[in-house]
Amino acid sequence: MTKQQKQIHLAAHFPGVNNTTVWSDPEAGSHIEFSSFVKLAQTAERAKFDFFFLAEGLRLREQGGLIYDLDVVGRPDTFTVLAALAAVTSRLGLAGTINSTFNEPFEVARQFASLDHLSEGRAAWNVVTSWDAFTGENFRRGGFLPQDQRYSRAETFMRTAWELFDSWRADDLVADKATGQFLRGEPGRFEHHDEHFDIAGQFPVPRSPQGRPVIIQAGDSEEGREFAAATADAIFTRHGTLEAGQAFYSDVKGRLAKYGREHSQLIVLPAATFVLGDTDAEAHERADVVRRQQVSGQTAIKFLEQLWNADLSGFDPDGPLPAFDPVAGENTIAKGRASVRMYRDPLATARQWRELAEAKNLSIRELIIEVTGRQNFIGSPATVAGQINDFVQADASDGFILVPHVTPGGLDEFADKVVPLLQERGVFRTDYTGPTLRDHLGLTTPASPA
Amino acid sequence: MTRGTGPRLAVALDGAGWHPAAWRSEDARPTEVFKAGYWLDLVREAEAGTLDFVTFRDSLALPSDGVRGRLDAVLTAARVAPLTSGIGLVPEIVATHTEPFHLSKAIATLDYVSTGRGGVQVSVSSSPEEYRNFGRREFGEDISGEAADYIEVLRRLWDSWEDDAEIRDVATGRFIDREKLHYIDFEGRFFKVRGPSITPRPPQGQPLVTASSGVADSSVDVVYVTPQSREEIGALVEAQHGRQVFADLVVFLDETSQAAADRRARLDSLALLESDALVFTGTPAELAELLLAWHVAGLDGFRLRPAALPHDLTAITRGLVPELRSRGAFRKSYEAPTLRGLLGLDRPANRYVA
Repeated sequence: MTKQQKQIHLAAHFPGVNNTTVWSDPEAGSHIEFSSFVKLAQTAERAKFDFFFLAEGLRLREQGGLIYDLDVVGRPDTFTVLAALAAVTSRLGLAGTINSTFNEPFEVARQFASLDHLSEGRAAWNVVTSWDAFTGENFRRGGFLPQDQRYSRAETFMRTAWELFDSWRADDLVADKATGQFLRGEPGRFEHHDEHFDIAGQFPVPRSPQGRPVIIQAGDSEEGREFAAATADAIFTRHGTLEAGQAFYSDVKGRLAKYGREHSQLIVLPAATFVLGDTDAEAHERADVVRRQQVSGQTAIKFLEQLWNADLSGFDPDGPLPAFDPVAGENTIAKGRASVRMYRDPLATARQWRELAEAKNLSIRELIIEVTGRQNFIGSPATVAGQINDFVQADASDGFILVPHVTPGGLDEFADKVVPLLQERGVFRTDYTGPTLRDHLGLTTPASPA
Repeated sequence: MTRGTGPRLAVALDGAGWHPAAWRSEDARPTEVFKAGYWLDLVREAEAGTLDFVTFRDSLALPSDGVRGRLDAVLTAARVAPLTSGIGLVPEIVATHTEPFHLSKAIATLDYVSTGRGGVQVSVSSSPEEYRNFGRREFGEDISGEAADYIEVLRRLWDSWEDDAEIRDVATGRFIDREKLHYIDFEGRFFKVRGPSITPRPPQGQPLVTASSGVADSSVDVVYVTPQSREEIGALVEAQHGRQVFADLVVFLDETSQAAADRRARLDSLALLESDALVFTGTPAELAELLLAWHVAGLDGFRLRPAALPHDLTAITRGLVPELRSRGAFRKSYEAPTLRGLLGLDRPANRYVA
């Protein structure tokens, strides 16, 4: 007897404000007009995707003290655009990245509960914990959080939001016109006091269709994995290879038991890029072109500066790496970028890059393409469908958050050519089976408090 | 010219209407207040009457009477935006506990998703419950001037991108001209905000800013006042020189004055209506006469608060509006694609353009 095939989960990431997104492509449309969001979301819904995913950044990125101008800049407010998308889609999940540092639990819980009502149960919250003082300059809250408090605040933030979501029972809304009773008792009461939050009151939003939004957690650190295992419904990762994916998958799923949770209660969704062609060879040719669009000579120098923590504007992108090592200490070159924080040991990374460049005789630009630009899935629709399915069946993930490189049409080919092949294999839905995002993800709806 | 010379008309939406017993009316849909379709029906009705805009009431606490519960107003407005096309959408926000950076991009985004029909009503927190829900400030703290600072930050952030900042210059590899993005560097008594916004300048440049009189008068485009008689209007309008002044009125509208008075009496017997605004009870024709007279006295427009929904909204769109139109005093179709355009306001120049 063969093992039953896992069902694949797919989400569509609106192209982001980084060099993955190719704005110079003749097909590239607006990144801010609502019509672009509608187009991508409706394509994802037509293809029966689980959800649409929106990232967030709360300060424009800077490099060398100047606003970074080589990539797409500018994005909408997460909640507002998702609420509007609820009007032009009917089943697609709507996932928003919302920061737990520069917000308050009462407000975020009110917004997510509202979004869940307004979308009839399709809201998801990707919880992130940016903490830097650079971003804090845009907020009255200001300041920044010591790194050791990041997860403690994020965790208590989310638990506090849960207390608010759970402060109403499903049947607290009575609205009996004859007797004049609107509520059963006084629902919504909450009280939370800890080192981060000191709040008490009555939550104004009745229990929403999903009970609480689907919780997505991004984060690869030890604390991040533990946080996800304890609390999240899905985890957003960036593991590119099958082996790395399998290692991550078994690590986080292995942490669930101690929280009394089943493997199916935490869905592992890496971000993935893709390039399609009629044949594998054509796809690889297109992928090469895309990589060169994504990493111009200027972009390559900027990337190198982020690791080197130094002004390298005098270097030739078609020439060799700098002879000197990265500048140690706080990164003063690039601000507001997740990638800078990824390089935990710049000297070691530089050493690896140097070895790679020497071994393959790569220029700066070629090296940066090599280390940053590799797409996850390249090939004909059949090849890509096969690769995606192999990843999922091999327990390297439960599906993917796909990141198209062109706005807003970058998902069309995938929807038209790859999805039908996955459906033929019986590993992807041919229609939605329930109204809520929890239904799509196979997650149970949290029980209403008694 | 379809507008005629009459007043501008807005409607204030809240729960089942402004009377706390409105939800007990026969045609009320109190449990649907938490569904998108309810709001869409109301806004489409208002749009069918070619009203200038609707406001969505909000607060950061559980309402103590009437419909006890509320969804976020900005999100409700955004939810109906793509399914409407002519009417302005003006959610209320509470400045006291929220981040101006977040709300600036939220209202800018409302302007994008409505293609130029977004606005905001800025209010301040007056209830200790709201303070406790956020737990960051003490109720009773002096917040005078904060709403004006808040609006200043909203406005500076909307202008922090010049309209032509996005250049997509393939030759130089630049997506934006960074010289056309601006740090706002606001520093006030209550907060500092650096900028620029993460959201490009919205379609209207500056979405419509409204507030009740006394919140931040000189900072807004439209001020809501609550005259109790025609005699008060001159002084109220004079105090707001330069701003458009709208009077708030709670309205009970029926085919006869007696029917309206009876309906009010019935609801009053169930719950007490406490109102800062004058409560009008009568026929659409009588209301049309009052509005025209008050308009002549100096008011630019009116924000009518339907006492019960949908009854009094429908009476506005299907009773009052035809009365005004027949007097040549109200538009028959939308004559401008943006909310500012409907109110005769220009798209403002950007303060940061040299």
